[in-house]
Amino acid sequence: MIILNKKIKTLSENLSNIDPVKGRSLWHDARIRFFKNKAALTSLFLLICVLLFTFIGPIFAQWSNEEIDWSVLGDISTLGYPSIESGHYFGTDELGRDLYSRVIQGTKISLMVGIVGALIAVTVGTIYGSIAGYFGGRIDSVMMRIVDILMSIPYMFVLILLLVIFGRSILMLFVGIGLVSWLDMARIVRGQTLSIKKKEYVEAAITIGVNHFVIIRRHIIPNLLGVVAVYATLLVPGMILTESFISFLGLGVQEPNTSWGALISEGAGTMRYGTLWQLLFPLFFFVISLFSLFFIGDGLRDALDPKDR
Amino acid sequence: MLEINNLNINFDTPEGVVKAVNDVSFKLDKNQNLAIVGESGSGKTQLVYSILGLLDKNANVNGEIIYNNINLLNLKEYELNKIRSKRISIIFQDPMTSLNPYMRIKNQMNEILIHHLGSTNVEATKESLHMLDAVKINDAKNILNCYPHELSGGMRQRVMIAMSIICKPEIIIADEPTTSLDVTVQSQIIDLFNEITKEFNSSLILITHNMGIISTSCDSIMVMYGGKIMELGDINEVLNNPLHPYTKGLLETVPNIEENYEELKTIKGDPLNMINIPSGCVFRTRCPNPSHNCKEGNTVNKLIEKTPNHWVDQCCVNCI
Amino acid sequence: MSNKYLLSVKKLSVEYKSNNSFIFPWEKKRIVKAVSNISFNLNEGKTLGIVGETGCGKSTIAKAIVNIIKIKSGNIYWRDKNITNLSEKLMKEHRKEIQMIFQDPLASLNPRMNVGEIISEPLITHFPDMTREKIQHKVKELMINVGLLPNQINRYPHEFSGGQCQRIGIARALILNPKLIICDEPVSALDVSIQGQVINLLKSLQKKYKLTYIFITHDLSIAKHMSDNIMVLYFGKIVEMGEKNKIFNQPQHQYTKKLISSIPKLKI
Repeated sequence: MIILNKKIKTLSENLSNIDPVKGRSLWHDARIRFFKNKAALTSLFLLICVLLFTFIGPIFAQWSNEEIDWSVLGDISTLGYPSIESGHYFGTDELGRDLYSRVIQGTKISLMVGIVGALIAVTVGTIYGSIAGYFGGRIDSVMMRIVDILMSIPYMFVLILLLVIFGRSILMLFVGIGLVSWLDMARIVRGQTLSIKKKEYVEAAITIGVNHFVIIRRHIIPNLLGVVAVYATLLVPGMILTESFISFLGLGVQEPNTSWGALISEGAGTMRYGTLWQLLFPLFFFVISLFSLFFIGDGLRDALDPKDR
Repeated sequence: MLEINNLNINFDTPEGVVKAVNDVSFKLDKNQNLAIVGESGSGKTQLVYSILGLLDKNANVNGEIIYNNINLLNLKEYELNKIRSKRISIIFQDPMTSLNPYMRIKNQMNEILIHHLGSTNVEATKESLHMLDAVKINDAKNILNCYPHELSGGMRQRVMIAMSIICKPEIIIADEPTTSLDVTVQSQIIDLFNEITKEFNSSLILITHNMGIISTSCDSIMVMYGGKIMELGDINEVLNNPLHPYTKGLLETVPNIEENYEELKTIKGDPLNMINIPSGCVFRTRCPNPSHNCKEGNTVNKLIEKTPNHWVDQCCVNCI
Repeated sequence: MSNKYLLSVKKLSVEYKSNNSFIFPWEKKRIVKAVSNISFNLNEGKTLGIVGETGCGKSTIAKAIVNIIKIKSGNIYWRDKNITNLSEKLMKEHRKEIQMIFQDPLASLNPRMNVGEIISEPLITHFPDMTREKIQHKVKELMINVGLLPNQINRYPHEFSGGQCQRIGIARALILNPKLIICDEPVSALDVSIQGQVINLLKSLQKKYKLTYIFITHDLSIAKHMSDNIMVLYFGKIVEMGEKNKIFNQPQHQYTKKLISSIPKLKI
């Protein structure tokens, strides 16, 4: 079936004018599967609501998060009660500050720590792990031993030490959490890279003459992203929990900044005085967000699993 | 002995309903060896899996599979278990993955005997040894103690065959048993099948897409395409006198080693996508000479007996 | 050294270390000789068929020639230049002329890239300054040449059948106008009725573009059809090599005779 040159030229001109058919990528299939998962979709919706709350909420706030309402001091359990008229929608805390604004601020900071922390972990971990896994040999050994050493350091201890020595600040919190969170990701990515490296399309790319780093960027990392995405959505709650724990201990963000952990800590401390709202409101947002993230992670895993391989 | 009537198998998938098998009927007598020939998407594997109840959960099966006067589709799981391996056994395609990598050969073979015949470990081991000899494995005693990864592909397939005949079943189903094996091993395995079916008086259902190996080992042949039977009959009759264009095409694609070709003969087009089956005759997208009616999708696939014991799809006979 | 051979392989040997079944890491690793002492010459425009069974080392030779694996000893000459164990930088020039088609059509394509990106990857690797329109034009032209519709250019590999995926692989190998294409069992994973289509395509492309092939297969009938010369491999060593009709009509070696006699014949 030898097609003549002239015929090909005219054929190609004719056929090139037909509009190309749209392709159905694997991400598209995964997206459809994700949206069919009701639990994941509901969780996504709830999480978006919480995010919107942090942006739109301040419009309705009548008190700022630092202002002290002198009128409720002295008898918080009756005067500091959540009410719409007084403008304290969520009530006040022990010092007379509006809990609504404080909860908004706490949500902002906790989510930021979680999401930015997870992003850093994903970026650093993916690049580190894929390079180690792809090049193998001595480079891999050295890189992974560094990871092993860093992992074996009791990081809560180091974190607390850092915060005590250098003072409490959000930056220090990021540094501390960031130092540790990418390690797991690097290990996972390295493992995935080892199996992707053996696939025939990577061999084909080497045969074509593609540069090693371009192979990592174009062939290996896109095929890892499924696993990375799932793990990242589980990293975010982990970070939030770590930060909350630190704040609960009193070592996290400094006043007047606050986070869920700090709010819950304060709320728990005043429970027996009958001011339950101080605990329940931050706890509610905390729990909702974490549950949503877990369900989204589950949904992502189901959507990205097995047919993609 | 085995009679399949109007079998339909559909699968519910997120992309749509996959009609794997469409209205298939045929009979298998005692001591008859049947070859089922077809490519990917023809439904041959799903057909035999349905006999043993091995289909996935999202399968909908209609029709009858009558084995010794019992409809296998109506049996419950524990009743079906009494038939599996004991009366009807199956050899899967890939010998690499059909043996448990964590169990020694001895334990995997004994498991069948202990479960079905209630033998003790010692009796089972003796019988397993006897079976390994029957499939011409030389070092049977040592092989029994080996793990699957220590054996070659050909050896593993022989072990699978030994496991399938260990209870002396009436029907042995072999799903593309030689596809992943080398050509020298392939001929040995086919010879082995011939000997075993004679010695144990079993019937063989051999699934393959390789026309070359069936001519020596089977009595009848069934050609499937798109979930339907295209041609069915005695093997010499069909191979010497193929009536269906698909059968003709498959026979022509086997290049004869003794001839020289300028170009290999092919069947145009690609195998069917089972979610979007074209209306009318399933073969019309690949038929070399479809009639006008057929091209429009107005014809219906139905088997008719063109000559005694030689059935062919009516649409395609009309098109030639 | 005369200039008449396109590819010249002299005493090629490839080894790799394999893990023992023992669990102690200080146990000496077993050395497996994948191929030993392979020598052959290839003329331009001819096809060398390499036949043998699983594990005989056919794919190893292919990977050694395209420099994907390390060679233990021996030399490979491409147009009289020694390309044995060449560094990546120096090898890149030669990669334009030596390409490969792989066995599993779907696995040899990156599932996250669409057809256009897959076929144009060699172009953007070697000619980074080429304009987008030119690349698109060349990709579409090649898709027609291998029998694909150019409007499928945005589709992804899993939306194609096995035969079509192999055509994409062939288009990708052809786009740099190579001189030598190594076909590593290109039709083994395809249905029988599609195998003929791909084989015919390969043959017609060879005539059209004056290609040289190394055709690796375990199917002797296809090897006979495609090749001019045949090399029979057994456990990494050449047992017989020669012009194809001589090999098939007068096989000398025991193993070759065994292979030819095991070919199932239709009893018609």
